[in-house]
Amino acid sequence: MDSNRKIRVLATKPGLDGHDRGIKVIASAMMDAGMEVIYTGLRQSPEQIVETAIQEDVDVIALSILSGAHDFLFPRIMELLKERGVDNVLVIGGGIIPEEDVPGLKKIGIAEIFGPGTYTDDIVTFIKSNLGR
Amino acid sequence: MFEDRKIREIEEEYGKWSEKTERTLAKRPERKDDFINTSGIPVKRVYTPLDAPDFDYMEDLSFPGEYPFTRGVQPTMYRGRLWTMRQYAGFATAEDTNRRYRFLLGHGQTGLSVAFDLPTQIGYDSDHPLAQGEVGKVGVTIDSMKDMEILFDQIPLDKVSTSMTINAPAAVLLAMYIGVAEKQGVSSKELRGTIQNDILKEYSARGTYIFPPQPSMRIITDIFSFCSQEVPQWNTISISGYHIREAGSTAVQEVAFTLADGIAYVEAAIDAGLDVDDFAPRLSFFFNAHLDFLEEISKFRAARRLWAKIMRERFKAKDPRSMMMRFHTQTAGCTLTARQPKNNIVRVAFQALAAVLGGTQSLHTNSMDEAFCLPGEEAVQIALRTQQLIGYELGVTDTVDPLGGSYFVEALTEEIFERAQNYIDKIDELGGAAAAIERGFIQREIQDSAYRYQREIEKEERVVVGVNKFQTEEKPPKDLLRVDPAVRISQMEGLEQLKSKRDNSKVKGVLGDLKKAAQGKDNLMPVILEAVKAYATLGEICDELRGVFGEYQPVSTIG
Repeated sequence: MDSNRKIRVLATKPGLDGHDRGIKVIASAMMDAGMEVIYTGLRQSPEQIVETAIQEDVDVIALSILSGAHDFLFPRIMELLKERGVDNVLVIGGGIIPEEDVPGLKKIGIAEIFGPGTYTDDIVTFIKSNLGR
Repeated sequence: MFEDRKIREIEEEYGKWSEKTERTLAKRPERKDDFINTSGIPVKRVYTPLDAPDFDYMEDLSFPGEYPFTRGVQPTMYRGRLWTMRQYAGFATAEDTNRRYRFLLGHGQTGLSVAFDLPTQIGYDSDHPLAQGEVGKVGVTIDSMKDMEILFDQIPLDKVSTSMTINAPAAVLLAMYIGVAEKQGVSSKELRGTIQNDILKEYSARGTYIFPPQPSMRIITDIFSFCSQEVPQWNTISISGYHIREAGSTAVQEVAFTLADGIAYVEAAIDAGLDVDDFAPRLSFFFNAHLDFLEEISKFRAARRLWAKIMRERFKAKDPRSMMMRFHTQTAGCTLTARQPKNNIVRVAFQALAAVLGGTQSLHTNSMDEAFCLPGEEAVQIALRTQQLIGYELGVTDTVDPLGGSYFVEALTEEIFERAQNYIDKIDELGGAAAAIERGFIQREIQDSAYRYQREIEKEERVVVGVNKFQTEEKPPKDLLRVDPAVRISQMEGLEQLKSKRDNSKVKGVLGDLKKAAQGKDNLMPVILEAVKAYATLGEICDELRGVFGEYQPVSTIG
């Protein structure tokens, strides 16, 4: 991979949840940090998300859910990524996610879950250090 | 308000005092160089009569219950009756939620407020593929009038008032409510309550839209017109700033964008041939109660004054009730912290007090646990008790608008009024709220404010207690309320059963009638009422309308 290439992030809202304040704030922060951000908007199905991630050749998928549907949608997305042979994308999640759910989500391959109160700078740093850039 | 001679005297003394104070600043500086509130309004060291040189009591304030209603919409306000304590609730199935409603009513809550799950809000039945993972999560799931019958079981609809947070499919849920009432032997004329029915803020801030703006506005004006005859005590819309604020706007933007949406609805109804005084008395509003205490109180007062002026001057309303802004308030969910959640009880209490000092008609107080899950019973009870404390123990309810006449509150009320007015002028130039949304103007304004607010927290210019200051180590909360994923399965079984038992040829016929009505110009409400009574499902009805109206395609405002 060209290490000078900008980090490409797919910022997305799986499911029917309309709370997009957090993901938009994070998208803006990632752009300010020099990343390229593709924001899908609301109501993305797991299939759409995985398809877009492949088409756009992203390094990172940032998922945001505040409806509680992460328990179904996050595993479904990880399953589809596996099926499509995508194993070099950093997947992170955030929203209203009970702490007791976090270990299970990490087990299926989500690198980190960022809850309310997270600093955007911490997310940017996390991405950069994980991608080694 | 003051004689010129007195004003000059104050001016002179103010000058001396300022000089004296400035001299002490070198030794004892203030905590910050600038004091600026969340709307970007600079806050001065002190306010005096000099800040309101043109203040005209009768013009700007008048008396409670009198135009421009700055001091409140009723002459006696809470001396007559306290606000309606209305906790927004709903989760899992209609049975589960019915149990929570009876719990709340049993604890002295005075009105119901229904939270629907996302599939219901977007017009999908529980068996729709996009409903996977979402059924019963953020609210109760409703597929047909059968579920509504269970939801209101043993709750007399002639006694209780019910608010329903439902927008794009509001006509369908209202029809179901009317149908359930009929089954209880209650006439639609006796029903009291509210449907949110505010599609414009769904496009700009909340996201549960279905149809494009034009047909959506038609459904809304059909509801106005139907209800003015058939459900005369119903609030046909709750024009909502709440979600605009939650999405990150400032207090000024909340007032401006909400009232701009209000203007768009009034214009649409007038264009549809309705007389302003026939529908405007049933318009209601919904605001956020955020953290900046005095800014929030001033915001409510400014919003009332601005709406009264808009209705009288712009729309030539004659009936004072058309000019009277009645509103519901909810404390700011976005200010709740996941860390040190018990602090949220205190935040909510202050926010609720601001809403009461601002003259709200009804109030929802958030539960302390909402930054990580649905509210549990204990948390809900504390939230409700907070309202009862304010109502019965603090004494703030004994006189109307107790902060009226405060130099600062009056100056801030005027400042918010003017800044919101300027925004509305700008939106008018863009062609009104719908056009401003289609251009992404309102969404961009909101997201820019949200980003600024977050940066202020991260730079620690804005303190969030327990988050960026005064942190403590703590254990994650346990025993959270969760919705069983099996809810979807049982709901799908119920749907299947319903479809096998109902008169399907009748359903087919009435759905055909609905399609024709949607293609034509007739009011949609009577045929939707027929459809729900025949147990056509919410998804079937919305699909029929999707076929005719199409679906909304949002504009992108990121990047």
